[in-house]
Amino acid sequence: MSRSLMKDGRPRSPFSIVTMTILALLWTIPTLGLLVTSFRTRDDAATSGWWTALFNPFGADWTTSNYSGAWTGADLSSGFVNSIIVAIPATVIPIMFAAFAAYAFTFMDFPFKEFFFLLIIAVMVVPIQVAFQPMLNILGPRGLGISGQYIAVWLLHTGFGMPLCIYTLRNYMSTLPRSVVESAKIDGCSHFQTFWKLVAPMSIPAIAAFATLQFLWVWNDLLIAKLFLKSENTTVIVKLQQLLGSQGQGQELLTAGAFITIIVPMIVFVTLQRYMIRGMTSGAVKG
Amino acid sequence: MTADTSAAAPRQRVRTGDDPDAHLRTNPVKIGVGLVGMIAVIWALANLFLAFGYYPEWFGNKFVIGILAIVAGVGGAALLFYFLNMFVEGLPRRLSEGAIPYAFLLPGLLLVGLMLIYPTFQTINYSFANADSTAYVGLENYKTIFGSSEFWQSIVNNILWLLIVPALVVAFGVVVAVLADKLSATGEKVAKSMVFLPMAISAVGASAIWLLVYAYNNPGQPQTGLLNAIWTGLGGDPQTWLAIDTLKLNSILLMVILIWLQAGFAMVLLSSAIKGVPEDTVEAARIDGAGEFQIFWQVIIPQIKGTIITVFVTVFITVLKVFDIVYVTTNGAYGTNVIANLFFNKLFAASEAGQATAIVVVLLIAVIPLIWYQVKHFRDEEAGR
Repeated sequence: MSRSLMKDGRPRSPFSIVTMTILALLWTIPTLGLLVTSFRTRDDAATSGWWTALFNPFGADWTTSNYSGAWTGADLSSGFVNSIIVAIPATVIPIMFAAFAAYAFTFMDFPFKEFFFLLIIAVMVVPIQVAFQPMLNILGPRGLGISGQYIAVWLLHTGFGMPLCIYTLRNYMSTLPRSVVESAKIDGCSHFQTFWKLVAPMSIPAIAAFATLQFLWVWNDLLIAKLFLKSENTTVIVKLQQLLGSQGQGQELLTAGAFITIIVPMIVFVTLQRYMIRGMTSGAVKG
Repeated sequence: MTADTSAAAPRQRVRTGDDPDAHLRTNPVKIGVGLVGMIAVIWALANLFLAFGYYPEWFGNKFVIGILAIVAGVGGAALLFYFLNMFVEGLPRRLSEGAIPYAFLLPGLLLVGLMLIYPTFQTINYSFANADSTAYVGLENYKTIFGSSEFWQSIVNNILWLLIVPALVVAFGVVVAVLADKLSATGEKVAKSMVFLPMAISAVGASAIWLLVYAYNNPGQPQTGLLNAIWTGLGGDPQTWLAIDTLKLNSILLMVILIWLQAGFAMVLLSSAIKGVPEDTVEAARIDGAGEFQIFWQVIIPQIKGTIITVFVTVFITVLKVFDIVYVTTNGAYGTNVIANLFFNKLFAASEAGQATAIVVVLLIAVIPLIWYQVKHFRDEEAGR
């Protein structure tokens, strides 16, 4: 029996090592396949599996033309720009509104407080599909006539992200010491000042956690972008979906296109992972 | 840190003006400036944002619009709260104390009300109206959807997704979390990030990845899809996997995509719960002669039950609304349709707003027990705080 010890003194567990290696590989192989295929020529990709290129890397034809083809030919570049323009304001704007609400829920007492907060919790579970037809009427030609423009999606993502944002921030703020707020009050600070000088700066970790989740959610969203953005404003995810729908020609661009859509959230995810995990473990999960 | 310094600060700085009671009385200047300020901010913001919608060409290029939106959105919100606060502070003390919480809540709640609560009722209303919501048709929409086999098939598929996906995601999350906990620190980190990474990938991107795995080439040709390569390697004939609905095989293959996406989420939450299990409870069981397997079932699982339920419910809610994966891969063909995809096609492709909203109402009813559960769960948690 192998009873060797690890550096921290715990016994090594061969069963865990083997099983976890297999599982981690299983989880990575599909993405690896996409990455490898995206650098293969059309002919190669159509006539042999991507793993053959990996086993014989010097005999295979490698190319980056799929990326240039997807970026310019399939016009993912404009979708990419649109995604950035959609995602950043839709991530930032809800935070300000939600932070004030979260402050009130955490540090103030008022009639119907519990009712309002339970409303927020209930609304987090309600499927956003309920909003589409009414909002198409309000924002569309029958109403304000701004459907198709960025502003329509900013507004929707702000509204849909709001309950989660209030909930996350409130959960976090309730872990802050209440004495801080009380002593600020004794010092003559108004709630407005207390919020700006104390509570908002102290809530940065929770704000970062929500921002990461909301950014991934907005960037990766298909439904709202497809319904509320006209084609020249549409996001990279919708472009990829259209590419997936077009069978036959352009198939080789698909893998490169998919990778282009993945790269930004991947970077955000890897750099802000720590905040995101903290946000998730404190109960910030989109319903 | 901050707590210490501010607690130690001198506390005599309670207003020392000529009139100590000034802040108790009505301050018409504050009320006036606050009111005018609020109206001006709302007016300016509304015009600016409508201009983004109506005359995007004014702003030159879309980056300008994006940057302006961030500045105006955040700055405008801050200004709005500033004037709102000033207005409320101008009110007589007793009134102002009571009004400030609502002033802080109002903008956020208004957005939720406009975007989620009002539409919920309007959707119920539209579900009794015709295809473009111009005239009431009574229960016609419900009769149509309940009479269509497509609807019932979607319901069956949704139930299947709900039975399979959350349970497997949780089971997988527990297994990975427990096993990773036994690895060395580096090994654990690497293994967990590999499982976690798909969380960053959109459902559309994930579908592209898995369509490659499920790819089909004609018999005799080399198979480029991993699944068919393995299958033919074992001696089978290449299959068009997503077209096979025997035993719902294609639906199950689509579920694999969602399980692959969600497992990392479950693992992260469960892993932090497992790390919270006190070591001495495990140690005590070990001294009593319990095997690793018994420790897992009788010591660890009961202590992380709360997290397991939370993860299960969250994944359950996600699965209930599953749309992107089905839409992108099969769009409901070969008997794989689900409720959210059916809704989208009724609304978007068929322009049947009446039937589409009726489908959402069905979804809404399905969600009611979950709302009840979430509210109850929150109350229990608050009581335990």
